[in-house]
Amino acid sequence: MSDEMEGGENRKKIMFIMRKAPHGSIYSYEGLETVLITAAYEQDMTMAFVGDGVFALLKGQDTSSIGIKGFIKTYGALEDYDVNKIYVDRQSMEERGLTLDDFAIPVEVKQAEEIAALMEEQHATIPY
Amino acid sequence: MLHLVNKSPFSNNALEEAARFASKGAPILLIEDGVLAARAGTSFEPKLARIIADHPVYALEPDLKARAVGKTAPGVQLVDYAGFVELVEKNKVHSWV
Repeated sequence: MSDEMEGGENRKKIMFIMRKAPHGSIYSYEGLETVLITAAYEQDMTMAFVGDGVFALLKGQDTSSIGIKGFIKTYGALEDYDVNKIYVDRQSMEERGLTLDDFAIPVEVKQAEEIAALMEEQHATIPY
Repeated sequence: MLHLVNKSPFSNNALEEAARFASKGAPILLIEDGVLAARAGTSFEPKLARIIADHPVYALEPDLKARAVGKTAPGVQLVDYAGFVELVEKNKVHSWV
């Protein structure tokens, strides 16, 4: 396996900012797919769920009646790809009446200022 | 980091979220429908003033002109395409699409 595949000196810090609810647009699904593809190249990954992005993580999504393949189970694969820096913005969560128990995967709650500081540390930030 | 906003604050909270996740002092550039936030005398002006207290806010002049925005709120700095390029050269960029 080449250095590039293992990350090596090409390993970059990449943060995905997820701020769309699922199913109403393709953003949320495409964002998750892109995270998994990028993680396969062993990059240093971070995900932050802000704004309506927090809705994408809700347990119990049932898309069987809207003709869309659900992808909440796919979030479970993040762990297998060593994507474990997964953060939720406290204000976004609280404004929407959510608690950690509502989410399908373990996440860490952060303040906006902490997320802002993490964004500044990255080689690239990707909006979804 | 430069925060790029291209949505109207009257239909989308992209600018407010950008401001919330921008480090203090980080510049915000309004383009496309984002420039509608820069119009003087709107209900958004007090919120914009609070954002300007913490961040330099730029608006792209060709987009302002195209939308007949006219007078802009105090503190909004106008940039042309060259100014846009300069901001992008100096900063990493995050778009709040």
